[in-house]
Amino acid sequence: MHPAPSIIAFTALSGLGLGLLTYLGFGAVTPRGWSAFLWFGLGYGLTLTGLAASALHLGRPERALRAFSQWRTSWLSREAVLAALALLVLAPHAAGLVFWGRAVPLAGMAGAVLCLATILATSMIYAQLRTVPRWNHWTTPAVFLTAALAGGAILTARVELAELALPWLALTLALHWILGDRQFARSGQSPETATGLGPLGRVRQLEPPHTGPNYLLREMAYVVGRRHRMKLRVIAMILACLIPALLLGLWPGWPGLIPAAFSHLGGMLAARWLFFAEAEHVMGLYYGRR
Amino acid sequence: MTALPPPSLKKLGLVIDLDTCVGCHACVIACKGWNTENYGAPLSDLDPYGAEPEGTFLNRVHSYEVTPESGAPVTVHFPKSCLHCEDAPCVPVCPTGASYKRAEDGIVLVNEDACIGCGLCAWACPYGARELDALVGVMKKCTLCVDRIYNEALPERDREPACVRTCPSGARHFGDLGDPESAVSRLVAERGGIDLMPDLKARPVNKYLPPRPRDRLQEAPPDLAQLCEPGTEGLTGFLGWVDRTLSRF
Repeated sequence: MHPAPSIIAFTALSGLGLGLLTYLGFGAVTPRGWSAFLWFGLGYGLTLTGLAASALHLGRPERALRAFSQWRTSWLSREAVLAALALLVLAPHAAGLVFWGRAVPLAGMAGAVLCLATILATSMIYAQLRTVPRWNHWTTPAVFLTAALAGGAILTARVELAELALPWLALTLALHWILGDRQFARSGQSPETATGLGPLGRVRQLEPPHTGPNYLLREMAYVVGRRHRMKLRVIAMILACLIPALLLGLWPGWPGLIPAAFSHLGGMLAARWLFFAEAEHVMGLYYGRR
Repeated sequence: MTALPPPSLKKLGLVIDLDTCVGCHACVIACKGWNTENYGAPLSDLDPYGAEPEGTFLNRVHSYEVTPESGAPVTVHFPKSCLHCEDAPCVPVCPTGASYKRAEDGIVLVNEDACIGCGLCAWACPYGARELDALVGVMKKCTLCVDRIYNEALPERDREPACVRTCPSGARHFGDLGDPESAVSRLVAERGGIDLMPDLKARPVNKYLPPRPRDRLQEAPPDLAQLCEPGTEGLTGFLGWVDRTLSRF
């Protein structure tokens, strides 16, 4: 699948922002006044930046509001509705802490649950697709949720929470990669099933339908960079999990937190790039690709 | 709502005969022509006269080489467009309700005025049947020529999809696959029509007829050379007289 920068930025940034807001909503930290303003500002900022980036991916961004209508059937629509609800429901809690120094736990808790539901909805956009066997697996929501919780824990400066969440992120990432490598074979799809010509013999593409490229090949048969997948997996794992865990262990205060946060974000961007670039769509079989 | 409608009795679709398709791409051109000049946004081209021409197509013809366990490989031309699936995976994923399946005849369509061009329906389709138009930014797909098949302004013989109307080898058939007595349903039953990637549970309405087994010579003809040599046997008239006269010398 094509690793569109806008979607990578969207999932990584809004995941981080929603993870932070989850902890703030549950009251893992209860900042007041200016520090509350900065923390909630960071959470809202990251989430909204991510959502804005996702709108850039649309062919007709000016119609984006229509995406709130089909929440009964579409995970993409649910994600939009839940994200908006999460940010709205959390607002009294945030405003209470910023302006009056008082928490509104009910709004905070409800908002935090909605933040988690939003992350789940984002992951289900990918996990629901039978056409992309690597995504169509429980590790997809697991990676999205653990990534948001680990990133959020780093941003809340709760070192013990981060040290708890980072190993889980490492584990789910590794499982997503290792189990994911087997998913396409397990789906059982091949040029023979795609064309239905299997009973006649082995099927090979003789001529593509057109001499030029097309939308389908660019969007769903992206094969560039898979050569470096192992190196990128190692880099993502080190940056997203290992370095933040070491930094927070050595310098639990601000000097460790800021580089840990940046390292984690860099690693997650690499992991998200791989999430898309490695994923094979069954449609590619018609073009002799995977 | 983009929920799928309850299964319709009428299931309009195509039956594509892989035995008779000659890979001429006439259906591709007819489709592009009709759907650029009629319903919805035109199917745009990028760099049409340049070095890397490409464009949006609702129907593309692939060509495959099938190598049997024994014997020579066979070339199979393989036209592919939207299969108007009964459990169309492209419909429920749509966040705006632009992608829908008609309750009355099962045709899967895109309301281009409501499409935001997110591309998720194209991801959900196993068959690569949907293409986002690069210029208009909305999803394009086969409409089963909904603006032809019910169009009373057209002569009756033209009330079928453009690809079917144009096919010179009769490889494309249009009809109601929900009616077991229809010509297309009987064709599917006779020829053992198949679904593409049935495990993905999209339950496509369009069916493909596999190539018939190739016939083989049971015994070699007695004298092949005789069939090729130009002979003068049975020649009559002036040429016969010339032949007979010259043969005497």
